Amino acid sequence: MDMIDNLSLGFSVAFTFQNLLYAFVGCLLGTLIGVLPGIGPLATIAMLLPATYGLEPVSALIMLAGIYYGAQYGGSTTAILVNLPGESSSVVTVIDGYQMARKGRAGQALAAAGLGSFFAGCVGTLILAAFAPSLTEVALQFGAAEYFSLMVLGLIGAVVLASGSLLKALAMIVMGLLLGMVGTDINSGAARYTFDIPNLMDGLSFVAVAMGIFGYGEIISNLAKSDEEREVFTKSVNGIMPSMNDIKLMTPAVLRGTALGSALGILPGGGAVLSAFAAYTIEKKIKLKPGEVPFGEGNIRGVAAPESANNAGSQTSFIPLLTLGIPPNAVMALMVGAMSIHNIQPGPMVMTNNPDLFWGLIASMWIGNLMLVILNLPLIGIWIKLLSVPYRWLFPAIVMFCAIGVFSTNNSNFDIWMVAGFGVLGYFLIKLGCEPAPLMLGFILGPMMEENLRRAMLLSRGDWSTFVTRPISAGLLALAVLMLIVVLSPAISKKRQEAFVED
Amino acid sequence: MLVKSKRDFYSGLLFVVVGAAFALGAQEYELGKAARMGPGYFPTMQGILLVLLGLGVLVNSLRHGGVDGDPIGAIAWRPLCFIIGANVVFGALLVGVPALGIPAFGLIFSIYALVLIASMARPKSSPVESFVLATLLALLSYGAFVKLLNLQFPVWPQFLSM
Repeated sequence: MDMIDNLSLGFSVAFTFQNLLYAFVGCLLGTLIGVLPGIGPLATIAMLLPATYGLEPVSALIMLAGIYYGAQYGGSTTAILVNLPGESSSVVTVIDGYQMARKGRAGQALAAAGLGSFFAGCVGTLILAAFAPSLTEVALQFGAAEYFSLMVLGLIGAVVLASGSLLKALAMIVMGLLLGMVGTDINSGAARYTFDIPNLMDGLSFVAVAMGIFGYGEIISNLAKSDEEREVFTKSVNGIMPSMNDIKLMTPAVLRGTALGSALGILPGGGAVLSAFAAYTIEKKIKLKPGEVPFGEGNIRGVAAPESANNAGSQTSFIPLLTLGIPPNAVMALMVGAMSIHNIQPGPMVMTNNPDLFWGLIASMWIGNLMLVILNLPLIGIWIKLLSVPYRWLFPAIVMFCAIGVFSTNNSNFDIWMVAGFGVLGYFLIKLGCEPAPLMLGFILGPMMEENLRRAMLLSRGDWSTFVTRPISAGLLALAVLMLIVVLSPAISKKRQEAFVED
Repeated sequence: MLVKSKRDFYSGLLFVVVGAAFALGAQEYELGKAARMGPGYFPTMQGILLVLLGLGVLVNSLRHGGVDGDPIGAIAWRPLCFIIGANVVFGALLVGVPALGIPAFGLIFSIYALVLIASMARPKSSPVESFVLATLLALLSYGAFVKLLNLQFPVWPQFLSM
């Protein structure tokens, strides 16, 4: 069978003692840097890239895969422990992961994230090997109108994430979309909302916005409470490994997340990001078992599902990357940059011209994934210890790492100040009871949405009905409307009850 | 009419103001038409949408709310000023601001400044403890970012290295 042949070719390239060592070192470095609060996967990979320059292409790719997984997992660790999502997909992991950590269940959250990711990575690798050639055609079915409708669906899904009012969540998404407009318009080259500041030409930096709104906002509002009142973490940590009950709860969540991630990852552009949000949304819709912790208060499914979806998604997102040449997210874009330094141009030709490299890459991603589990499960105990560092030492360190991390991505102090600006915004949003997660999703999808809307309308010559006459697009929009109705109906009845009580 | 939820009232106000600002700002760019949208089309659309949603939140805030009127509560000026201040000072000192005549003080000096200022966000902070913490973080950062990762930071003040 082709798949077996291909995979064994890949492993024969990747599986040498030297390469395994590189994978291990990469994973270790990636985790160590990635776990620093405020330094997300993007900044970690950017900082560690030069370390791979001197290696041969295959070894370099394997080390990069190790760094990539290490950085991803290190990022999830900080997301869970200190409420700082380092990249867009961990925005949802934060919601329940941080609550678990506060309840002394950080170990279980980290283990769920690690094990779920590993399982999803394995499945993703198999799917990639089995279906890469045929799945390419599915991705090609998607036109601009379908993308736009898919993103509408994703954004409506994000509304479900917000625990508060539906209207406020929708408004936060639109505010995010608008913030995403800052910078040079790709179609016309016009500089929008830049106030003639050259640093704004490339748009607001995701890292700066996320650090400011999630990190600084949270720190300021934490410090506003007195030392006793500040319930950062409970001192008692209840074990590290998940209990049987946890495993029972998380297994179906991991399976659902993996399936969803594998499917969405194939869609070029943003599929992997959407998958984490979508997985969380689905878990939230599934009825709670008796005695289960509600979502938003530390449900293990809320960690396991998005983390698996994200990992499966980033694995299958290699398909659009290698067939259409579109990197699915910023981290992958950086990986593409690293590959081109080693003279590997991602594109349709890689699979046919350089099969050993292509399959070697797939195999090395799997090895990186494996290293992660071997390295990190024993380390969980150490990360938990970090939680016992008193907050008065932790918060200046977080502020410092954020500032250094954001500076290192662009070498510009303007970015540092941008974090400050968004920190102020983040604090006031917390004060006003507005959830920041939908805003971040809007911000990430804004530019993509605008581009696809423009392209779809150009193709339909200004006819808005293109979104409902194309079957796939119409189906996605119908799903979005359906979701809105489902979310709306209990909200209405709840409001009615409140009004009744007041009378 | 009384405001039933202060939080929602001010959220709505924020959305209306931000939406209007973006929509008005977009009028400076070419609007284009549906078949060929200019750079101003999408922001205008979204800005108007945000204003409408904001108005919805405003109207809601007059009708529904918590029993206590969802107060916003006191603004924590102390942590707000010191955390943001620490960040701004760090950015200014690290590579300097030529326009204001501030020279680059480098990483080590900036870390001390950041930690000492940020620590004051807590009412009962001890300067000695902050100084020790700053020293630790400076050593760690020097080892990790400068030595190990070889990142291009100015480490020491410009005027000393010249």
